[in-house]
Amino acid sequence: MTISLKELAKTPTKMTAGHRLCGGCAEGTVVRQALMATDKPVVVSTATGCFEVSTTIYPYTAWNVPWIHTAFGNVAATAAGTEAAYNALRRRGKIKDEMNFLAIGGDGGTYDIGFQALSGALERGHRFVYLCMNNEAYMNTGIQRSASTGIGAATSTTPAGDIIPGKQGYPKDMTQIVASHHIPYVAQVSPHNWKDIITKFKKAYDVDGPSFINAICPCPRGWRTEAEDSMILGQLAVETCVWPLYEVVDGNYELTGESLRIAEGKLEKKPIMDWFKSQGRFRHLMDDKWAKVIKGAQADVDKKWERLKKLAKL
Amino acid sequence: MSLVPGGRVIEPGSALKFLTGDWRSFRPVYDDKKCSHCMLCWMYCPDETILVKDGKMNGIMMTHCKGCGLCAKHCPKKAITMIQE
Repeated sequence: MTISLKELAKTPTKMTAGHRLCGGCAEGTVVRQALMATDKPVVVSTATGCFEVSTTIYPYTAWNVPWIHTAFGNVAATAAGTEAAYNALRRRGKIKDEMNFLAIGGDGGTYDIGFQALSGALERGHRFVYLCMNNEAYMNTGIQRSASTGIGAATSTTPAGDIIPGKQGYPKDMTQIVASHHIPYVAQVSPHNWKDIITKFKKAYDVDGPSFINAICPCPRGWRTEAEDSMILGQLAVETCVWPLYEVVDGNYELTGESLRIAEGKLEKKPIMDWFKSQGRFRHLMDDKWAKVIKGAQADVDKKWERLKKLAKL
Repeated sequence: MSLVPGGRVIEPGSALKFLTGDWRSFRPVYDDKKCSHCMLCWMYCPDETILVKDGKMNGIMMTHCKGCGLCAKHCPKKAITMIQE
Protein backbone atom coordinates (compact mmCIF):
# COMPACT_ATOMS: atom_id res chain seq x y z
CA MET A 1 0.00 0.00 0.00
CA THR A 2 1.65 3.21 -1.14
CA ILE A 3 0.35 6.55 -0.06
CA SER A 4 1.43 9.67 -1.89
CA LEU A 5 0.98 13.20 -0.65
CA LYS A 6 0.08 14.41 -4.12
CA GLU A 7 -2.79 11.91 -4.36
CA LEU A 8 -3.99 12.68 -0.85
CA ALA A 9 -4.00 16.40 -1.64
CA LYS A 10 -6.72 15.75 -4.21
CA THR A 11 -9.13 14.35 -1.60
CA PRO A 12 -12.16 16.48 -0.73
CA THR A 13 -12.14 18.67 2.38
CA LYS A 14 -14.11 16.95 5.13
CA MET A 15 -13.34 19.48 7.84
CA THR A 16 -13.02 23.09 6.77
CA ALA A 17 -10.87 26.00 7.88
CA GLY A 18 -12.45 28.54 10.20
CA HIS A 19 -12.57 26.25 13.22
CA ARG A 20 -11.39 27.91 16.40
CA LEU A 21 -8.52 25.65 17.48
CA CYS A 22 -5.43 27.57 18.65
CA GLY A 23 -2.81 28.23 15.98
CA GLY A 24 -0.44 25.26 15.74
CA CYS A 25 -2.77 22.81 17.50
CA ALA A 26 -1.94 19.30 16.32
CA GLU A 27 -5.54 18.13 16.75
CA GLY A 28 -6.53 19.77 13.46
CA THR A 29 -3.76 17.90 11.67
CA VAL A 30 -4.63 14.56 13.28
CA VAL A 31 -8.34 14.77 12.42
CA ARG A 32 -7.60 15.81 8.85
CA GLN A 33 -5.30 12.79 8.55
CA ALA A 34 -7.98 10.54 10.06
CA LEU A 35 -10.59 11.77 7.59
CA MET A 36 -8.40 11.59 4.48
CA ALA A 37 -7.63 7.90 5.16
CA THR A 38 -11.05 6.74 3.98
CA ASP A 39 -12.98 7.23 0.73
CA LYS A 40 -16.22 5.87 2.17
CA PRO A 41 -18.79 8.11 3.86
CA VAL A 42 -17.89 8.66 7.49
CA VAL A 43 -20.06 9.58 10.47
CA VAL A 44 -18.19 11.44 13.20
CA SER A 45 -19.04 11.86 16.84
CA THR A 46 -16.91 13.89 19.22
CA ALA A 47 -16.84 13.92 23.00
CA THR A 48 -16.71 17.26 24.74
CA GLY A 49 -13.24 18.71 24.56
CA CYS A 50 -11.19 21.27 22.68
CA PHE A 51 -12.01 19.75 19.35
CA GLU A 52 -15.75 19.43 19.83
CA VAL A 53 -16.02 22.98 21.09
CA SER A 54 -13.78 24.65 18.55
CA THR A 55 -15.24 23.05 15.43
CA THR A 56 -18.88 23.74 16.25
CA ILE A 57 -19.18 27.20 17.77
CA TYR A 58 -22.75 28.30 17.07
CA PRO A 59 -23.92 29.13 14.44
CA TYR A 60 -21.03 27.66 12.51
CA THR A 61 -19.81 24.14 11.90
CA ALA A 62 -16.51 23.10 10.39
CA TRP A 63 -17.84 19.65 9.44
CA ASN A 64 -18.62 18.63 5.89
CA VAL A 65 -19.53 15.12 7.06
CA PRO A 66 -22.37 14.02 9.38
CA TRP A 67 -21.37 14.90 12.90
CA ILE A 68 -22.98 14.14 16.28
CA HIS A 69 -22.36 16.04 19.48
CA THR A 70 -22.25 13.98 22.66
CA ALA A 71 -21.52 14.61 26.32
CA PHE A 72 -18.07 14.22 27.80
CA GLY A 73 -18.34 10.60 28.81
CA ASN A 74 -20.26 8.77 26.13
CA VAL A 75 -18.76 9.24 22.69
CA ALA A 76 -18.08 5.52 22.32
CA ALA A 77 -21.72 4.76 23.20
CA THR A 78 -22.91 7.29 20.61
CA ALA A 79 -20.72 5.80 17.90
CA ALA A 80 -21.87 2.31 18.89
CA GLY A 81 -25.51 3.39 18.71
CA THR A 82 -24.98 4.99 15.30
CA GLU A 83 -23.42 1.78 14.04
CA ALA A 84 -26.29 -0.29 15.44
CA ALA A 85 -28.85 2.01 13.76
CA TYR A 86 -26.93 1.78 10.50
CA ASN A 87 -26.92 -2.03 10.68
CA ALA A 88 -30.67 -2.09 11.32
CA LEU A 89 -31.38 0.22 8.36
CA ARG A 90 -29.05 -1.72 6.11
CA ARG A 91 -30.77 -5.00 6.97
CA ARG A 92 -34.04 -3.47 5.83
CA GLY A 93 -32.44 -2.20 2.65
CA LYS A 94 -32.90 1.46 3.51
CA ILE A 95 -29.17 2.19 3.30
CA LYS A 96 -27.03 0.72 0.55
CA ASP A 97 -23.69 2.51 1.08
CA GLU A 98 -20.90 1.14 3.19
CA MET A 99 -20.02 3.59 5.94
CA ASN A 100 -17.37 4.19 8.55
CA PHE A 101 -17.87 5.47 12.06
CA LEU A 102 -15.34 7.64 13.83
CA ALA A 103 -15.54 8.50 17.51
CA ILE A 104 -13.19 11.23 18.69
CA GLY A 105 -12.33 11.91 22.32
CA GLY A 106 -9.60 13.84 24.04
CA ASP A 107 -7.47 12.26 26.72
CA GLY A 108 -9.94 13.43 29.36
CA GLY A 109 -12.84 11.92 27.41
CA THR A 110 -10.95 8.67 26.94
CA TYR A 111 -8.58 8.00 29.83
CA ASP A 112 -10.86 9.39 32.53
CA ILE A 113 -14.48 10.29 31.88
CA GLY A 114 -15.29 8.24 28.78
CA PHE A 115 -13.52 5.06 29.80
CA GLN A 116 -16.59 3.14 30.89
CA ALA A 117 -18.49 3.83 27.64
CA LEU A 118 -15.38 3.00 25.61
CA SER A 119 -14.73 -0.27 27.41
CA GLY A 120 -18.37 -1.30 26.98
CA ALA A 121 -18.47 -0.48 23.27
CA LEU A 122 -15.22 -2.38 22.69
CA GLU A 123 -16.53 -5.40 24.55
CA ARG A 124 -19.79 -5.42 22.56
CA GLY A 125 -17.70 -5.43 19.38
CA HIS A 126 -19.25 -2.56 17.42
CA ARG A 127 -17.51 -1.69 14.16
CA PHE A 128 -16.12 1.81 14.73
CA VAL A 129 -12.80 3.62 14.97
CA TYR A 130 -12.06 5.37 18.23
CA LEU A 131 -9.52 8.17 17.99
CA CYS A 132 -8.06 9.46 21.24
CA MET A 133 -6.35 12.82 20.82
CA ASN A 134 -3.97 12.85 23.71
CA ASN A 135 -2.72 16.31 24.62
CA GLU A 136 -1.93 15.18 28.15
CA ALA A 137 -4.33 17.38 30.13
CA TYR A 138 -7.80 18.95 30.10
CA MET A 139 -6.70 21.77 27.78
CA ASN A 140 -10.24 22.94 26.94
CA THR A 141 -11.07 23.92 30.52
CA GLY A 142 -7.67 25.36 31.39
CA ILE A 143 -4.91 22.76 31.58
CA GLN A 144 -6.03 20.57 34.47
CA ARG A 145 -4.15 17.30 34.95
CA SER A 146 -5.61 14.09 33.54
CA ALA A 147 -4.68 10.42 33.82
CA SER A 148 -2.45 10.84 30.78
CA THR A 149 -0.44 13.81 32.08
CA GLY A 150 3.23 12.87 32.33
CA ILE A 151 5.11 12.93 35.61
CA GLY A 152 6.58 16.32 36.47
CA ALA A 153 4.24 18.32 34.23
CA ALA A 154 3.04 21.60 35.71
CA THR A 155 -0.72 21.98 35.20
CA SER A 156 -3.23 24.27 36.88
CA THR A 157 -4.22 21.52 39.34
CA THR A 158 -0.68 20.20 39.82
CA PRO A 159 1.35 23.42 39.92
CA ALA A 160 5.08 23.05 40.34
CA GLY A 161 6.40 24.66 43.51
CA ASP A 162 8.72 24.13 46.44
CA ILE A 163 6.95 21.01 47.68
CA ILE A 164 5.75 19.13 44.56
CA PRO A 165 7.38 18.87 41.10
CA GLY A 166 4.16 19.22 39.09
CA LYS A 167 2.20 16.01 38.55
CA GLN A 168 3.24 13.19 40.82
CA GLY A 169 2.79 9.71 39.41
CA TYR A 170 3.02 8.24 35.95
CA PRO A 171 0.40 8.36 33.20
CA LYS A 172 -1.71 5.28 32.66
CA ASP A 173 -1.06 3.30 29.52
CA MET A 174 -4.41 3.53 27.75
CA THR A 175 -3.22 1.85 24.55
CA GLN A 176 -2.24 -1.25 26.53
CA ILE A 177 -5.50 -1.18 28.47
CA VAL A 178 -7.47 -1.08 25.21
CA ALA A 179 -5.26 -3.81 23.72
CA SER A 180 -6.28 -5.96 26.69
CA HIS A 181 -9.85 -5.87 25.36
CA HIS A 182 -8.49 -8.07 22.54
CA ILE A 183 -10.11 -6.00 19.79
CA PRO A 184 -8.93 -6.46 16.18
CA TYR A 185 -6.85 -3.29 15.87
CA VAL A 186 -5.07 -0.97 18.31
CA ALA A 187 -2.37 1.56 17.40
CA GLN A 188 -0.38 4.43 18.77
CA VAL A 189 0.45 7.28 16.38
CA SER A 190 1.97 10.73 16.08
CA PRO A 191 0.92 13.30 13.42
CA HIS A 192 4.50 14.11 12.35
CA ASN A 193 4.77 10.67 10.71
CA TRP A 194 1.90 11.15 8.26
CA LYS A 195 2.58 7.95 6.33
CA ASP A 196 2.42 5.91 9.51
CA ILE A 197 -0.73 7.56 10.82
CA ILE A 198 -2.66 7.30 7.53
CA THR A 199 -1.63 3.67 7.03
CA LYS A 200 -2.86 2.88 10.53
CA PHE A 201 -6.16 4.67 9.99
CA LYS A 202 -6.70 2.76 6.73
CA LYS A 203 -6.15 -0.50 8.61
CA ALA A 204 -8.43 0.64 11.42
CA TYR A 205 -11.31 1.46 9.04
CA ASP A 206 -10.90 -1.89 7.30
CA VAL A 207 -11.24 -4.22 10.29
CA ASP A 208 -14.55 -5.83 11.11
CA GLY A 209 -14.94 -4.72 14.71
CA PRO A 210 -13.76 -1.98 17.02
CA SER A 211 -10.41 -0.31 16.53
CA PHE A 212 -8.62 2.20 18.70
CA ILE A 213 -5.99 4.77 17.74
CA ASN A 214 -4.19 6.82 20.34
CA ALA A 215 -2.57 9.96 18.89
CA ILE A 216 -0.27 12.33 20.70
CA CYS A 217 -1.37 15.92 20.04
CA PRO A 218 1.19 18.52 21.13
CA CYS A 219 -0.61 21.54 22.60
CA PRO A 220 1.31 24.82 22.30
CA ARG A 221 -0.85 26.49 24.95
CA GLY A 222 -0.75 23.78 27.62
CA TRP A 223 2.75 22.47 26.98
CA ARG A 224 4.18 26.01 26.87
CA THR A 225 5.78 25.58 23.47
CA GLU A 226 5.98 27.49 20.20
CA ALA A 227 3.09 26.91 17.78
CA GLU A 228 5.48 25.97 14.96
CA ASP A 229 7.03 23.13 17.02
CA SER A 230 3.96 20.88 17.31
CA MET A 231 5.12 18.26 14.81
CA ILE A 232 8.70 18.33 16.09
CA LEU A 233 7.44 17.61 19.60
CA GLY A 234 5.48 14.62 18.31
CA GLN A 235 8.67 13.34 16.74
CA LEU A 236 10.61 13.96 19.95
CA ALA A 237 8.02 12.01 21.96
CA VAL A 238 8.62 9.07 19.63
CA GLU A 239 12.41 9.37 19.60
CA THR A 240 12.63 9.53 23.40
CA CYS A 241 10.30 6.48 23.58
CA VAL A 242 7.84 8.48 25.69
CA TRP A 243 5.33 7.74 22.92
CA PRO A 244 6.41 4.66 20.92
CA LEU A 245 4.74 4.04 17.56
CA TYR A 246 3.26 0.56 17.42
CA GLU A 247 0.20 -1.39 16.46
CA VAL A 248 -1.53 -4.45 17.84
CA VAL A 249 -3.18 -6.49 15.09
CA ASP A 250 -5.24 -9.37 16.48
CA GLY A 251 -3.04 -9.48 19.55
CA ASN A 252 0.28 -9.32 17.68
CA TYR A 253 2.46 -6.36 18.61
CA GLU A 254 4.46 -4.62 15.92
CA LEU A 255 6.64 -1.55 16.23
CA THR A 256 6.44 0.92 13.33
CA GLY A 257 8.13 4.09 12.06
CA GLU A 258 10.92 5.59 14.16
CA SER A 259 10.23 3.19 17.03
CA LEU A 260 11.03 0.19 14.84
CA ARG A 261 14.28 1.86 13.75
CA ILE A 262 15.22 2.56 17.37
CA ALA A 263 14.53 -1.08 18.32
CA GLU A 264 16.67 -2.25 15.37
CA GLY A 265 19.49 0.08 16.41
CA LYS A 266 19.27 2.23 13.28
CA LEU A 267 18.19 5.33 15.18
CA GLU A 268 19.44 6.62 18.51
CA LYS A 269 17.06 6.57 21.46
CA LYS A 270 17.15 10.07 22.93
CA PRO A 271 17.32 10.66 26.68
CA ILE A 272 14.14 11.85 28.40
CA MET A 273 15.92 15.06 29.32
CA ASP A 274 15.49 16.16 25.67
CA TRP A 275 11.74 15.75 26.10
CA PHE A 276 11.69 17.74 29.36
CA LYS A 277 13.91 20.50 27.97
CA SER A 278 11.63 21.04 24.97
CA GLN A 279 8.58 22.21 26.95
CA GLY A 280 7.82 25.03 29.35
CA ARG A 281 5.57 22.81 31.48
CA PHE A 282 8.71 20.91 32.58
CA ARG A 283 10.91 23.99 33.04
CA HIS A 284 11.08 23.65 36.84
CA LEU A 285 12.61 20.17 36.48
CA MET A 286 15.88 21.75 35.33
CA ASP A 287 16.48 22.59 39.01
CA ASP A 288 18.88 20.06 40.62
CA LYS A 289 16.31 19.59 43.37
CA TRP A 290 14.16 17.49 41.04
CA ALA A 291 16.92 15.26 39.61
CA LYS A 292 15.15 12.33 41.26
CA VAL A 293 12.01 12.96 39.19
CA ILE A 294 13.98 12.90 35.94
CA LYS A 295 15.79 9.72 36.99
CA GLY A 296 12.48 8.07 37.87
CA ALA A 297 10.87 9.17 34.60
CA GLN A 298 13.78 7.78 32.59
CA ALA A 299 13.58 4.45 34.44
CA ASP A 300 9.82 4.31 33.80
CA VAL A 301 10.20 5.02 30.07
CA ASP A 302 13.00 2.41 29.80
CA LYS A 303 10.92 -0.19 31.62
CA LYS A 304 7.88 0.35 29.38
CA TRP A 305 10.03 0.41 26.25
CA GLU A 306 11.75 -2.87 27.13
CA ARG A 307 8.38 -4.46 27.84
CA LEU A 308 7.03 -3.25 24.51
CA LYS A 309 10.07 -4.64 22.68
CA LYS A 310 9.48 -7.98 24.36
CA LEU A 311 5.82 -7.93 23.30
CA ALA A 312 6.88 -7.14 19.73
CA LYS A 313 9.47 -9.94 19.95
CA LEU A 314 12.38 -7.65 19.09
CA MET B 1 -25.56 34.77 8.83
CA SER B 2 -29.30 34.06 9.17
CA LEU B 3 -30.46 31.73 11.92
CA VAL B 4 -32.83 28.81 11.42
CA PRO B 5 -35.79 28.13 13.77
CA GLY B 6 -34.85 25.65 16.47
CA GLY B 7 -31.26 26.81 16.54
CA ARG B 8 -30.27 24.23 13.96
CA VAL B 9 -27.12 24.51 11.90
CA ILE B 10 -28.09 23.21 8.47
CA GLU B 11 -25.20 24.29 6.28
CA PRO B 12 -22.16 21.99 6.35
CA GLY B 13 -18.72 23.55 6.57
CA SER B 14 -20.12 27.00 7.37
CA ALA B 15 -17.09 27.75 9.56
CA LEU B 16 -15.43 28.86 6.31
CA LYS B 17 -17.40 32.08 6.74
CA PHE B 18 -15.66 32.72 10.03
CA LEU B 19 -12.34 34.32 9.21
CA THR B 20 -9.64 33.26 11.66
CA GLY B 21 -6.95 35.09 9.66
CA ASP B 22 -7.15 38.12 11.95
CA TRP B 23 -5.64 36.09 14.83
CA ARG B 24 -2.32 36.13 13.04
CA SER B 25 0.76 37.93 14.34
CA PHE B 26 3.11 36.30 11.82
CA ARG B 27 2.36 35.94 8.14
CA PRO B 28 3.62 33.15 5.84
CA VAL B 29 5.13 34.41 2.58
CA TYR B 30 5.07 31.86 -0.21
CA ASP B 31 7.64 31.78 -2.99
CA ASP B 32 6.28 29.67 -5.84
CA LYS B 33 9.67 29.60 -7.61
CA LYS B 34 11.27 27.61 -4.77
CA CYS B 35 8.27 25.31 -4.21
CA SER B 36 8.58 21.67 -5.30
CA HIS B 37 4.90 20.94 -4.60
CA CYS B 38 5.70 18.16 -2.14
CA MET B 39 2.51 19.11 -0.25
CA LEU B 40 4.06 18.59 3.19
CA CYS B 41 2.73 22.03 4.21
CA TRP B 42 -0.75 20.89 3.21
CA MET B 43 -0.38 17.71 5.26
CA TYR B 44 0.70 19.51 8.42
CA CYS B 45 -1.53 22.61 8.27
CA PRO B 46 -4.07 22.14 11.08
CA ASP B 47 -6.43 24.62 9.40
CA GLU B 48 -6.43 23.33 5.82
CA THR B 49 -5.42 26.77 4.59
CA ILE B 50 -2.99 25.52 1.92
CA LEU B 51 -4.78 25.92 -1.38
CA VAL B 52 -4.51 22.97 -3.75
CA LYS B 53 -5.06 23.00 -7.49
CA ASP B 54 -4.69 19.73 -9.43
CA GLY B 55 -2.65 18.22 -6.61
CA LYS B 56 -0.27 21.21 -6.50
CA MET B 57 0.36 23.92 -3.94
CA ASN B 58 -1.45 27.06 -5.04
CA GLY B 59 -0.85 29.59 -2.29
CA ILE B 60 -2.18 30.09 1.21
CA MET B 61 -5.71 31.08 2.25
CA MET B 62 -4.77 34.22 4.16
CA THR B 63 -8.35 34.82 5.30
CA HIS B 64 -8.06 31.78 7.59
CA CYS B 65 -4.31 31.21 8.22
CA LYS B 66 -3.58 31.61 11.95
CA GLY B 67 0.13 32.09 11.33
CA CYS B 68 1.32 29.13 13.42
CA GLY B 69 4.34 28.60 11.19
CA LEU B 70 4.15 24.79 10.89
CA CYS B 71 4.29 25.02 7.08
CA ALA B 72 7.40 27.23 7.10
CA LYS B 73 9.11 25.02 9.69
CA HIS B 74 8.70 21.85 7.64
CA CYS B 75 9.12 23.20 4.10
CA PRO B 76 12.09 21.26 2.67
CA LYS B 77 12.76 23.97 0.03
CA LYS B 78 12.29 26.95 2.38
CA ALA B 79 9.61 28.23 0.02
CA ILE B 80 7.58 29.61 2.93
CA THR B 81 9.02 32.20 5.31
CA MET B 82 7.31 33.82 8.30
CA ILE B 83 7.38 37.62 8.64
CA GLN B 84 5.82 39.81 11.29
CA GLU B 85 2.33 40.96 10.33
